[in-house]
Amino acid sequence: MSSTILLQHGLTGISLGGAYALIAIGYTMVYGILRLINFAHGDIFMMAGYFMIFAMASMPWFAAIPIVMMLTVVLGIAIEQVAYKPLRSAPRMSIMISAIGVSYLLQNLATYLFTALPRGYPEIPYLKKILRIGDVSASLVTIITPFLTVVLTFLLLSLINHTKLGMAMRAVSKDYETSQLMGIKINKVISATFAIGSLLAFIGSLLYFTDRMTVFPFSGTLPGLKCFVAAVLGGIGSIPGAVVGGFILGIGETLLVALGYSTFSDAFTFAILIVMLLFRPTGLFGEKVTDKV
Amino acid sequence: MKTLDKKTTYALSAGLLAIAVLILFYMDQNRAAYNYPLSILQRSAIYAVAAVAMNLLTGFTGLFSLGQAGFMAIGAYTVAVLTIPVSARPSVYYISGIADPLAEATAPLWVALLIGGLLAALLGFLIGYPVLRLKSDYLAIATLGFSEIIRAFIAAPMLNRVTNGSYGLKSIPGFPSTLMVFLIAGLCIFLMVLVIRSSYGRAFQAIREDEIAAESMGIGLFKHKQMAFVISCFFTGISGGMLAVFMRSIDSKTFQIALTYDILLIVVLGGIGSVTGSVLGSFLMTAGREWLRFFDNPLVIGGFQVPLFRTGFRMVIFSLILMAVVLYYRKGLMGTREFSWNGMYAFAQKHVLKRNKTPIPAESDTEDSATSERGCSK
Repeated sequence: MSSTILLQHGLTGISLGGAYALIAIGYTMVYGILRLINFAHGDIFMMAGYFMIFAMASMPWFAAIPIVMMLTVVLGIAIEQVAYKPLRSAPRMSIMISAIGVSYLLQNLATYLFTALPRGYPEIPYLKKILRIGDVSASLVTIITPFLTVVLTFLLLSLINHTKLGMAMRAVSKDYETSQLMGIKINKVISATFAIGSLLAFIGSLLYFTDRMTVFPFSGTLPGLKCFVAAVLGGIGSIPGAVVGGFILGIGETLLVALGYSTFSDAFTFAILIVMLLFRPTGLFGEKVTDKV
Repeated sequence: MKTLDKKTTYALSAGLLAIAVLILFYMDQNRAAYNYPLSILQRSAIYAVAAVAMNLLTGFTGLFSLGQAGFMAIGAYTVAVLTIPVSARPSVYYISGIADPLAEATAPLWVALLIGGLLAALLGFLIGYPVLRLKSDYLAIATLGFSEIIRAFIAAPMLNRVTNGSYGLKSIPGFPSTLMVFLIAGLCIFLMVLVIRSSYGRAFQAIREDEIAAESMGIGLFKHKQMAFVISCFFTGISGGMLAVFMRSIDSKTFQIALTYDILLIVVLGGIGSVTGSVLGSFLMTAGREWLRFFDNPLVIGGFQVPLFRTGFRMVIFSLILMAVVLYYRKGLMGTREFSWNGMYAFAQKHVLKRNKTPIPAESDTEDSATSERGCSK
């Protein structure tokens, strides 16, 4: 394989990885606080894609982006309020089943509202502009994605490490009940977590769908699961871990496709997951947790 | 509370069974007229096997596995490869031909089902070694991952000569009669009930309640988890094989995560930890999808077209109902109880017959469920 092709695929992989990383952050934050695999997260990402299609149909992109961002955040918080909040004290299996139920509902709702046929994702000006550097050509979005991901991660990390809300989030993820006793408004913290997760899912969907160009009701399922794997790979609960995991999966997957094993690109993700769970269940950056009896 | 004696309950069960067999036999004889209800019934029976197998794992052993679709795929492809008539094979494998050892390999349906189940069980045994050491949601996501890997292998071009890759397999001979579907499904569920009621089944339930307590009572955790997983995989494989025979053509897309979710939602609807609940759930869910079909057609009342009714609305309603069950009726239809004639009798006495006008004390509620639970353990 020539170096140009390698570079080209590497660039695609990094870009895909950036989008995965942004979605994986949503998983890792929710898991860190609620100990819940938010199966609906991938579908929030899919819905954000649809929102964007309809917003762009009637308004320019600079108006559409903030509106859709808000809609996605509202959707994320609403799901938490309706489907997860009533089950706070229920066994973990129930919350997980509820999450699967929400995912099923969102997919069916999308099929009903927007039909099962793939819809074209609108082109946002500037993002699709093709840049050429030597023999390598890439659209602007491919180049922006990794940088945007890194910037957003830094912003998020400083939010978590240096603000009151961030401190509350860390406290809740360490010990749910004690932080409640310390006067932290748990529900507010959880809502904030879902809001941030959905916001990043929206940005992820913007970057992901601009490259893929179509949205259909099930286009959130597999990316969703992969991003959860990315979160586990990096160490669940750790934000830098999720970002690194996202990049590893994105690059690995693209390389497999480049080598001609595209049928195995999904299997690769899960194979990594299983290997990781066996040898280092806490992930690359995870803290060691001891089970309390 | 007065209970029915054993003779009456046996008579009632035999009566119900006889009626069911007669109805099925009648419908089978007039297959042309009852094609649609028969196909719903067959699908329900097949899903019931898969749901009870999942319940054995999730409800009775407390292992939340989401790998059902993968194991069903193993069973389905085994049965398909072994039962497609040799004469039809060249037209099925028209792309790259069939692998030489399989070209002449055929087996009668029941042998093929058994082999499918055994292969799924073998795979479950191998996967179980690494995966069963994981806890709750990690186990779920790892089994989900395995099911996707199995699907990827089935669709892989390297296995074209066995699974026909992404083209799928067709011309699978269907079931000769609905009665046969019910017979196989009934046998499978009966065997699983025997397992649940055996001493092994008790051990599974002990593990579900408290792993540490179970271990300290001398129950080998890993051995029993492995056993539950392998048994569940075996029957999941058989149900997959039955699904292949029912659908008559399969491809790797049949066994997507959505299939696992369907089975999971049946188990949840019926009640996690109730065999009869799962059976009831699978019939209700499969039939419910068809009953709700009128939501998909435009509805016109007095010249006014009701706006919401169009394609896809049915599934929205359906998922809303399921969400309502998950959120507000977490126990599902049956909770952890089982159907028993005594329970029915007690229920009828309390709600329909209203024989004893004296106010029933509050404890009678728990007493009721206790009697019905005892009814199941006998």
